[in-house]
Amino acid sequence: MRVGLLATGLVCFAAALPQGAAAADPRATIEARTCNSCHGPDGYSPGAIPSIRGMPRQSFINAMQDFRSGRRTGTIMGRLAKAYSDADIRAMAEYFSRLK
Amino acid sequence: MKRRTVLKLLSSSAALGFAGVWPLSSRAQTRGTVVVIGGGFGGATAARYLRLIDPSIRVTLIEPARQYITCPMSNDYIAGEREFESLVRSYAPLRAQNINVVHDTVTRIDPRARRVFLRGGNPLPYDRLIVSPGIDFQWGAIAGYDEAASLRVPHAWKAGDQSRLLHDQLQAMPDAGTVLISVPAAPYRCPPGPYERVSLIAHYLLTYKRRAKILVLDAKNAFIKQALFQEGWAELYPRGMIEWVPLDKGGCVTAVDPQAMTVTSDGGVHRGDVINVIAPHRAGALAHASGLADSTGWCPVNPRTFESTLHPNIHVIGDACIAGAMPKSGVSANTQAKVAAQAIVDLLNGRAPQPPSLLNACFSLVGPSWGISVAAVYEVGKDNTIVAVKDAGGVSPLKAGLRHRRLEAIFWNSWYENIIADSFG
Repeated sequence: MRVGLLATGLVCFAAALPQGAAAADPRATIEARTCNSCHGPDGYSPGAIPSIRGMPRQSFINAMQDFRSGRRTGTIMGRLAKAYSDADIRAMAEYFSRLK
Repeated sequence: MKRRTVLKLLSSSAALGFAGVWPLSSRAQTRGTVVVIGGGFGGATAARYLRLIDPSIRVTLIEPARQYITCPMSNDYIAGEREFESLVRSYAPLRAQNINVVHDTVTRIDPRARRVFLRGGNPLPYDRLIVSPGIDFQWGAIAGYDEAASLRVPHAWKAGDQSRLLHDQLQAMPDAGTVLISVPAAPYRCPPGPYERVSLIAHYLLTYKRRAKILVLDAKNAFIKQALFQEGWAELYPRGMIEWVPLDKGGCVTAVDPQAMTVTSDGGVHRGDVINVIAPHRAGALAHASGLADSTGWCPVNPRTFESTLHPNIHVIGDACIAGAMPKSGVSANTQAKVAAQAIVDLLNGRAPQPPSLLNACFSLVGPSWGISVAAVYEVGKDNTIVAVKDAGGVSPLKAGLRHRRLEAIFWNSWYENIIADSFG
């Protein structure tokens, strides 16, 4: 009985790990961590700063490109977006879209 | 016999479970012990991300205080806009993440034997050590200003009892009193922080002590977001309520007399009813005692891994390290911690560390509904120092309008919640 419980515990633990992270581009994983400083762990923000966890890939790309070009007026994001290339943006979009 | 069966089953299911989720190439199982010293934004984030990147590493966090009191938002508390209790964070979420949180004081680090010695407990061995000691003050750099003097004339630049003292003194100050604030030369923790403090104290005075004024004695001639702060001051506070004296006009404070409640600057002797001396800083005491700081008073590090250039296997992050163009801030410490954690996982697995991703974003309040910000993304430049990525980052625009200022004040509150969650769990 005790054995059964412990074993089940481990299986559940394994199943709860973020599935997307394993296959994600390592560079995207590293860059995405800096997003978490303001957008919260795994990009989840309960308050006024937009949540980016699970954000659809194309919405993320559009938002970042529009911030970068100045088409979308934000506050801090427009200034930060200018530091990232198209490839960076695509990779981070992929990463956050996989987090559920 | 029974116990043996349990262990056998445990190890086989663990192996199956892990192998099923993580391909070994991308998430190797590291056998290693990492000790983290310091439970602020840097240390807490490092412990948390080591755990997230590689759960098989044993992580111990050493911090003497049972609770953490955040410097961000402490100006709001000092100015009566927030309860003290809202600044207090527990270490329980880190414990729940299987981080061994030890409340003890480090007495010595032995870098050769790779051991950390504690006042209370047994020495702790490590494969890699992260030191995030924050700042200490250069007591005596301003004549008459030492730790004893700070009990009457607070610095309030480490949140806690010092914040309470300044808060209480402001409340007790006479209606037409003068608040005197001494600001140091760079580098110091949170470059815009002193001016946010000036702003929020002005807001408090405007509400409760309308004849009072603030005299800011500054050891430099310019400060971050200066035009934005001054624009806000002109908009929100009566003319003459805030007087800022730069270095060239006699702003550099050289002596403090806590009994007479005066400070001496190049410009003469000034009396204050409340005096706040943000004394010059240096890296936290442990960095000096352990030979991690150089003649600048701060800790030189490899910008790709934050490993000390003075002692191998020890990484120094946060306010104590020399991080090129990065300001000493909670977000800087948070992103440096992630870089150090990733580098340690890579190094323990015999891999070359990956290029770092570093960032800073700081909001300041000029009034409770008037926020401004500065942000930058950083990379390692050609001369092996950390530089801001060109043509990106910068400060909020001038004349942006009330809506923009209000939005940044709202984001400041959301940012606070999020960075706490990202750093402390």
